Amino acid sequence: MTTSRTRRPPRIGEKPVFRNTLIAVVLVLVALVIVAPLAIIGVQAFSKGAAFFAKSITDRDTVHAIWMTALTALIAVPINTIFGVAAAWAITKFDFPGRRLLLVVIEIPFSVSPIVAGVAYLFVYGLQGLFGEALQSADMKILFALPGIVLASLFVTAPFVARELIPLMQAQGRDLEEAATSLGASGWRTFFSVTLPNIKWALLYGVILCNSRVMGEFGAVSVVSGNIRGQTNTLPLHIELLYHDYNAVGAFAAASILASLAIVTLIAKVALERRGAGRIRRPALTGPALAGPKLETTEPGISQP
Amino acid sequence: MKIRLDTIVKTFDTFRAVHGVSLEIGSGELVALLGPSGSGKTTILRMVAGLEYPDEGAIFFGEENATDIEVRHRGVGFVFQHYALFPHMTIGENIAFGMKVSKTRRSAAEITERVADLLRLVQLDGLKDRFPAQISGGQRQRVALARALAVDPKVLLLDEPFGALDANVRRDLRRWLRKIHEELGITTLFVTHDQAEALDLADRVVILDKGRIVQTGTPEEVCRAPENAFVMNFLGDANRLKATVTAGRASVNEITFDAAGVPDGPAELFFRPADIIWREDGAGIPAVILRVIDRPDSKRILAVTADGQHVEFDTAPEFPFRTTARGTLEILRPRVFSITPA
Ligand SMILES: Nc1ncnc2c1ncn2[C@@H]1O[C@H](COP(=O)(O)OP(=O)(O)OP(=O)(O)O)[C@@H](O)[C@H]1O
Ligand SMILES: [Mg+2]
Repeated sequence: MTTSRTRRPPRIGEKPVFRNTLIAVVLVLVALVIVAPLAIIGVQAFSKGAAFFAKSITDRDTVHAIWMTALTALIAVPINTIFGVAAAWAITKFDFPGRRLLLVVIEIPFSVSPIVAGVAYLFVYGLQGLFGEALQSADMKILFALPGIVLASLFVTAPFVARELIPLMQAQGRDLEEAATSLGASGWRTFFSVTLPNIKWALLYGVILCNSRVMGEFGAVSVVSGNIRGQTNTLPLHIELLYHDYNAVGAFAAASILASLAIVTLIAKVALERRGAGRIRRPALTGPALAGPKLETTEPGISQP
Repeated sequence: MKIRLDTIVKTFDTFRAVHGVSLEIGSGELVALLGPSGSGKTTILRMVAGLEYPDEGAIFFGEENATDIEVRHRGVGFVFQHYALFPHMTIGENIAFGMKVSKTRRSAAEITERVADLLRLVQLDGLKDRFPAQISGGQRQRVALARALAVDPKVLLLDEPFGALDANVRRDLRRWLRKIHEELGITTLFVTHDQAEALDLADRVVILDKGRIVQTGTPEEVCRAPENAFVMNFLGDANRLKATVTAGRASVNEITFDAAGVPDGPAELFFRPADIIWREDGAGIPAVILRVIDRPDSKRILAVTADGQHVEFDTAPEFPFRTTARGTLEILRPRVFSITPA
């Protein structure tokens, strides 16, 4: 038996050569494709010294771009959070015709290139667009202004929160809500005391992903914002402008803000995943497969210590 | 509180889950809804609770028509099969939840005291600050019951309350539930697909098949006088032999049995495995032993009659006969049901 054991062929990747080569290839790729560009942003941003970095960051147009980005996020993220929670709640807690269709429609922004979304908004709200004339006569500016940017951002990030919540809420089922209502709780009370505490980490996770996408969105926003420097430029658009102006250091300085945001997002994401949000599914706490320490099974009739 | 269901119908999309069920549950009664999987037990229970609305028919709580009253105002206590305890709340908070959201204001001290009383009632004092994930399944189910009782429900509804527990815990819990019911006297309707559980616990058993009530009665009535083949089969092991009925007598292999009230024509004769006397010779249906299965308290004999029908019966452990032994079967307490054309 021992001979057959030593002659046993290695499992996939068990040969040290194979394993080490594979690991090396992956590490090199990660370094080249992911780490190096990020490192270069940092290095380049400070290549003319901290003073120049500070000056670039506090440049009037850059500050305005930061403000535009923050403002967009402040409007778009709460709206999409509410939308995401409402959609997830409707889809998982009620039966209604078109439920499945809604599930598919919510995911559309993920499969459509953002630039397509931008162009579509152009067709709807642009001067030659569907509502163009009506809007102009009402003197409402949607395109090439904040509303357009917010709308495009809303479109692109619509699925983020809903997508995090739906699988979790589906796994949790309706039992908890039904139990709460049968105990006399109103709809709001049920949501805030029962549903929300059980989805809070997933919700925060979705919000953070949504926020980082709103702040970083380029394609859709670039079509609808019109790229007016100091007026309708968001941070990603401004970075591109600076770069085209041959102001590489300025571009990198501005980019370093987005990169820091990415790092903060990443840390928050990892922290939340530890709490069970994201892809790692929590066990359905309402089900029988409750993953908890089974302390003791006592016979009824015997009091607990 | 008396509950009355008046020809309730429920259809899901195109599937009719409940066909015109009428039922009356007396005040303080403990009634079991018993039936195989998919027979509509949960659906009926949920309609009584208000978690589902009937398409037709009405539900009365006492004299009041409760059909359209929302769950939260219906005043029922519902215990879910998988407990549905709020995982982010301690046991104490779970039990207090109903009192906190209720319209009748209670002081914090009152609530604390009531929680303590309920924990004592379900024999879980000391577990107040644990979370549901930190207690066993049987304990969780008792917490779920305490939580439902906390709001002083007019009616207690339990959906397979012990379904997820192992056999020993189940048996203990149902005796315990019976005791609690006797103490509190709340009208209780519970769902189960376990015959022993229904017979052990209930004052009255309602047997369902495919969304219809097939028999209602005390455990004694349904056991001793099953009204049809389904009930006979569903309540326990039953043997079935082909028979022919003529003028109130059913004949099987030239032996005749009383079959008063059964229409002439093809029928089936049913009997329990315990209701057979095996003889080496004598009057009875001739048969051959195929197999002997040993059990802790008896022997189960598998035999085949002369005309090739299989029969199983139980005997004392001392039963001396072995495979291929020939003899005759005397059937005690047979029941004859005519074969209704499908
Ligand atoms: N929400 C629903 N949508 C569609 N069909 C349903 C729904 N709920 C129940 N049904 C169907 O109605 C029938 C009765 O279901 P019900 O849950 O009442 O059965 P049950 O007697 O409780 O069974 P079990 O013992 O398996 O719990 C089943 O065939 C089921 O598939
Ligand atoms: Mg059921």
